[in-house]
Amino acid sequence: MAYSDKVIDHYTNPRNVGTLDKSSHKVGTGLVGAPECGDVMRLQIQVDDNNIITDAKFKTFGCGSAIASSSLATEWLKGKSVDDAMKIDNMDIVEELALPPVKIHCSVLAEDAIKAAINDFRVKNGMEPIVLEKSHH
Amino acid sequence: MNIPIYLDNNATTPMDPRVLEAMLPYFNEKFGNAASRNHPFGWVAEEGVDYAREQVAKLINATEKEIIFTSGATESDNLAIKGVFEMYKEKGNHIITAVTEHKAVLDACKHVEKLGGKVTYLPVKEDGLVDLAELEAAMTSETILVSIMYGNNEIGVIQPIKEIAAIAHKFGALFMTDATQAVGKIPVDVIADGIDLLALSAHKMYGPKGVGALYVRRKGPRVKVTAQMDGGGHERGMRSGTLNVPGIVGLGKACELAGLEMESEAKRLSALRDKLERSLTVLEESYVNGNVEHRLPHVANISFKYVEGEGLMMAMKDLAVSSGSACTSASLEPSYVLKSLGLSDDLAHSSIRFGLGRFTTEEEVDYAIEVTKKSVTHLRELSPLWEMFKEGIDLDSIEWAEH
Repeated sequence: MAYSDKVIDHYTNPRNVGTLDKSSHKVGTGLVGAPECGDVMRLQIQVDDNNIITDAKFKTFGCGSAIASSSLATEWLKGKSVDDAMKIDNMDIVEELALPPVKIHCSVLAEDAIKAAINDFRVKNGMEPIVLEKSHH
Repeated sequence: MNIPIYLDNNATTPMDPRVLEAMLPYFNEKFGNAASRNHPFGWVAEEGVDYAREQVAKLINATEKEIIFTSGATESDNLAIKGVFEMYKEKGNHIITAVTEHKAVLDACKHVEKLGGKVTYLPVKEDGLVDLAELEAAMTSETILVSIMYGNNEIGVIQPIKEIAAIAHKFGALFMTDATQAVGKIPVDVIADGIDLLALSAHKMYGPKGVGALYVRRKGPRVKVTAQMDGGGHERGMRSGTLNVPGIVGLGKACELAGLEMESEAKRLSALRDKLERSLTVLEESYVNGNVEHRLPHVANISFKYVEGEGLMMAMKDLAVSSGSACTSASLEPSYVLKSLGLSDDLAHSSIRFGLGRFTTEEEVDYAIEVTKKSVTHLRELSPLWEMFKEGIDLDSIEWAEH
């Protein structure tokens, strides 16, 4: 299968690879997927007192599209408010990376990872987790 | 050195230029129909086919009359399994095969089940070999055919063919083998091995695509198969259709060359394969899949834990290899062959098959080693699983959200 230039770019030069201190109350961590299914994403956000995401990091076990989806997600997250981050839709990722239909699940996983990270942050800071629709995959 | 490097010789092989040269006259000046009995055009084509039949027979120690030309190993497998079932169903309706067989065998067996046959799919041991005691226990008075592949296409393990054939014969069943990956790579002898039917293909041994053969034993016992293609009664009535003369000539030449060069080539390739494996298993948490003693000389199947095969192949874009992982929504299932060995799904997802061939050089193997090492290291830096493993977290203790 041929990958789009943007997937290849993110895959070759992934942005924001790394690890934030998951014990910090300013950091939210989302770990989604499963090794048996061939993809696992870990996405982390660091949030300041104004509810703005100041840093985002990821590590992903998966195919090129999964790596590119999570790399792109971290780029988009930085500078966004947590509320705006909640609005990132997997189809935005599909469009930006020109993912083919067989790779849509990679974008879904990235959206799930963002939401899981935000909920981890909320719970750590005494807020109710946002109830998510059943993931679509 | 040409990039990308072709290391997928179990999928197909490039044609040997000597094979192409042998074929070329049969496209134009020797274009006749080998079944035309009344003029020299037909005779010349028939001569080419007869000579090829001898070349193929010689490679597997058969006689010319036992070689049926087909369109490839898939057709040969289908003709053997469906053809034996139809021919011998009065005698019994039971076939035994193994779960690691090629889809051409498995799906032909499924077809037989639809026709009322019973099929036993034997599991394999962790090293990929069939358990002989289990085979013997599965045999019944109704068993008419045992079909076990010679060498596996994904992991290269070689089954104990002689012993399997002996068990089949002890119970009065025929023994068939899909030898697509083995013929031309290692010595295959239908007499010594006790093989009754054998499928082979040209394009896995530096011949053209679209041509193969089925060996059908004529003596001790005389084996018959019901034709699956009806028509002009070509190939002793077992496979109708105008013969693919250039393809058949190419198959013959490919067999001749394989026979001449097999011994030295097998030594060269297994040395390169061993070098590749030695160098790559230096990487932490990397494992060779399948039995390492009984196997084809040219294939290495290695799992690199905590990296995903498809992602890895993308990093190794200068190498043409195969992965046991298929990360698409159509099929999230990793290789059924690797899973049959008892490999967990995540290890099966992390596997890469390197298939060396006649035109693979040491320089290419060295380059492949470097690229693979670099890519695995790079992807592990990206892998949350690798980080967890390094922190000593037991991945099995995590409740993964299956999707």
